[in-house]
Amino acid sequence: MSKFDKPWVLVGLKEAEYHKVIEILGREPNDVELQMFGVMWSEHCSYKHSRSTLKKLPTKSDRVLQGPGENAGVIKVLDDLAVAFKIESHNHPSFVEPFQGAATGVGGILRDVFTMGARPVALLDSLRFGELSDPKQRHLFAGAVEGIGHYGNCMGIPTIGGEVYFDDSYKGNCLVNAMCIGILHPDKIRKGIAKGAGNLIMVVGARTGRDGIHGASLLASAEFSEGAEDKRPSVQVGDPFMEKLLLEACLELFETDAVVGIQDMGAAGLISSSCEMAARGDVGIEIDVRKVPAREEGMKAWEFLLSESQERMLVCVEKGKESEVEAIFQKWGLLSAVIGTVTDDGMVRVLDNGEVVANVPAHALADEAPVYYPEKQEPAYIAQMRTFDFTALPQPEDWNATLLRLLNSPNIGSREWIYRQYDHMVLLGTVVAPGGDASVIRLRSAAEPEMHGVTRQAGLAEGDTLPARPCPIHAPKGISAKIDCNARYVYLNPKRGTAIAVAEAARNCVVTGATPVAITNNCNFGNPEKPEVFWTFAEAIDGMAEACNALGTPVTGGNVSFYNETSGQPIHPTPTIGMVAVHENLKHLMTPGFKNPGDVIVLLGETKDEIGGSEYAKVIHGVLAGDAPELNLEFEARLQKAVLAAIHEGIVTAAHDVAEGGIAVALAEMAVAAKPGARGCQASIFVNAGRIDGNLFGESQSRIILTAERDNMMRLRSLLISHGIPHRLVGDVNDTDRFQLAALQPGVESEFIFRRQDLIDLPVDELEKAHKEAIPQWMSA
Amino acid sequence: MRFGVTVFPGTNCEMDTYHAIREVIGEQADYVWHQDRDLSGFDAIVIAGGFSYGDYLRTGAIARYSPVMESIAEFADKGGLVLGICNGFQILTEAGLLPGALQRNAHLQFRCGWTHLRVENADTPFTSAARKGQVLKIPVNHGEGNYFVDPETLAELNANNQVLFRYTTPSGDATPEASPNGSVENIAGIINKAGNVAGMMPHPERAVESILGSEDGRYLFVSMVEYLTGRASRV
Repeated sequence: MSKFDKPWVLVGLKEAEYHKVIEILGREPNDVELQMFGVMWSEHCSYKHSRSTLKKLPTKSDRVLQGPGENAGVIKVLDDLAVAFKIESHNHPSFVEPFQGAATGVGGILRDVFTMGARPVALLDSLRFGELSDPKQRHLFAGAVEGIGHYGNCMGIPTIGGEVYFDDSYKGNCLVNAMCIGILHPDKIRKGIAKGAGNLIMVVGARTGRDGIHGASLLASAEFSEGAEDKRPSVQVGDPFMEKLLLEACLELFETDAVVGIQDMGAAGLISSSCEMAARGDVGIEIDVRKVPAREEGMKAWEFLLSESQERMLVCVEKGKESEVEAIFQKWGLLSAVIGTVTDDGMVRVLDNGEVVANVPAHALADEAPVYYPEKQEPAYIAQMRTFDFTALPQPEDWNATLLRLLNSPNIGSREWIYRQYDHMVLLGTVVAPGGDASVIRLRSAAEPEMHGVTRQAGLAEGDTLPARPCPIHAPKGISAKIDCNARYVYLNPKRGTAIAVAEAARNCVVTGATPVAITNNCNFGNPEKPEVFWTFAEAIDGMAEACNALGTPVTGGNVSFYNETSGQPIHPTPTIGMVAVHENLKHLMTPGFKNPGDVIVLLGETKDEIGGSEYAKVIHGVLAGDAPELNLEFEARLQKAVLAAIHEGIVTAAHDVAEGGIAVALAEMAVAAKPGARGCQASIFVNAGRIDGNLFGESQSRIILTAERDNMMRLRSLLISHGIPHRLVGDVNDTDRFQLAALQPGVESEFIFRRQDLIDLPVDELEKAHKEAIPQWMSA
Repeated sequence: MRFGVTVFPGTNCEMDTYHAIREVIGEQADYVWHQDRDLSGFDAIVIAGGFSYGDYLRTGAIARYSPVMESIAEFADKGGLVLGICNGFQILTEAGLLPGALQRNAHLQFRCGWTHLRVENADTPFTSAARKGQVLKIPVNHGEGNYFVDPETLAELNANNQVLFRYTTPSGDATPEASPNGSVENIAGIINKAGNVAGMMPHPERAVESILGSEDGRYLFVSMVEYLTGRASRV
């Protein structure tokens, strides 16, 4: 039997799914209808494998105005200010064509946010590639970074932060996840809904071409084999200039009352946007594809429906107000066209020059995809990894060299090579730039004239004099954001590793002085039809749910990206967490660099000998094994609360999360980021149990390093004690430009007499050089 | 004092420039749409940064044909103050209002970050509030900021004191490493012979509040206000 006898194969459906289509329609679907089902029931659009598992995630809190199910989540910050945010992957397109793949990933997430009625004010990115020693990986990495910059820079949206890891598991399938944050008035949330029979359906923005057809069904919903380049025609090409015009035109449009609903035409283009809008409003939609402005002649009806041409929106417009819409888009040099109407029969009816070519219930396409409960099985490697005997590894002979090698690892070193290619300053919001724990933007009220759908006529009315305001910061509030996931921990222990990703993203925001409020997530996994992969996914969601509940950060939306495999080899499971936190008052803004000589260094939390999954084990010993570090969520929540209280009391001078590379690297990072005159420290780490390297470089969770002036130590310690936070004074900041670290161990004769070993003594300049060169040493320019 | 801030399709620093002038400096500002021709009522024009027309063809090459550019040329001709920032500088060179051209950065990458600028001429309407030799901390953000001009015009620029700023180290040395883009003689900004049209790649509007990392960008705007009002004001 050829594949033409199995029509479902051509559109990526299974045989049972095809029979379900027949059952719904009461007849065989025609070619156009089959294409519609193929794409709407693809994993990418329907979440058919993940939907049942995702239900476990908490999605509500007092701040959540819009949870999962819309283009983006929305949380309330002030009575007149809300924040919309979302993350999305563009993994497979970026592997096929890194520049355009990453660029259109940014374009897509921007549209998701501004369709909500928000002005985008920040972008973040999470990237994964194979090791930089491989030229192919350098090509992918450089291309993706350039593509992200190309799109965000041209749009004038700052890229304020991100993360990148290099690991062999991504060498056949890189990850590019983009997150966007926008601001809007809480009462002006726009939704992707069609309502009111007789209202009009309009396409606005770019013309529709044949690009990106089958991007969702074939590219995003299947694994790779060799020769991925064949799929290049399925990658879309982005035009950030067009999108900048679309953004300004849409924000201007939202100032009118012409819009009933609006939806980005992203994955599966016209068909997914029209049937989702109809299904949400419980109405029908009738559109004629010949009315869609086309880029070329001779396009077929299904090509119009499936095209993923970028920079387009579908808008439901109040009947009679289409000329208002046309005028705004014309002003911005953009097309708009009425292509159909809202009906009351619940059907998505597609006409081609007046002739019906498809007639399908909207709910069937949008909501009735089969839901799968895939089989789960713990992969064998997990138990095997835990038997690894770390005592067989030698301790470093040269501790200075070990620290320098860690700082020089591309997974730890400076990310400046990346973010200097991104505009991270435009919109004048960035008050903590990329490079620290989490980035911070200040919030200006969405009601301010220059942030508003700007009226751009020259000359104000007579007597219109706006006095200068005394304080240039209008809202003293800000948003801290962090994107994070250490996938090695998730690989070794999917549940705990994912909980750590949530906890660490929150901790990164807390050390800037911000209170974590919500997350968006991007679950990047292999083929869910493999029981081992699905078990990992289900465990990860369990861990995410536990951590989000414990830390009070509900999930407001996200993205699932399955089939991240090449030739049967899945990536490390990577549930990327995008955390958003609120700064109640930016005067308490905190950064990691040392501030003043004489400040005392305090280590909060407990240090254990935990080498499993660490960067130290990988870089120095070439070992990825063991278990993820332990995590006590109750303690984590208490620690974060205590640190916020200390920062808000104004008794902390620097704060930094202890992460990859352990205490030694965390302290070194604080010295490298120090203010002039405070570039040095002398610290002693108490090694209670286990190996010295495990204590110094191990990655025990729930640890934060603070510094404080000596006069404030009593207040700080009594605050920590009242919160029940174990802590130790480990040293002082000085102006020697030297980084000195010793280990203290209980003596052999008496545990009360410590043995001191001076292990590390290096000029801070040398640390800085190793840190700075981590990525540039592999990349030209 | 009323500043006009231009908006072309693809301009993206107009909101920041507007904010800096209106809320930080305390003068009036208005957007000027690219199709407007009427500049009456404006005391100075700032051509804001961004990617006018998506940088297609060549940076600034399309914007310079906009109706508003004709009016800006007339405005400049009559002695009006015009400051082009980043893409604004590129547009002014394309329009022939300033000499030279902005090429792709020598290292071929986009560059965003802090730079230090030495004030080469403090005797202009754009720099009078600063001192000659003073080093200002102002960020750049561009892919095409590599200033080039033929040797004769360069000699003329130097002879006429038309170089406003050079990229330097924080202590004021114009070393090759201090330049983010490979500009000839580390040139970051210039002024026309008549002394009323200036262009610079760095973004002064991004450096007007200490919370953003520097307030040195204020010198540009305050100098312009001083010149137009005849009042000395403090940065």
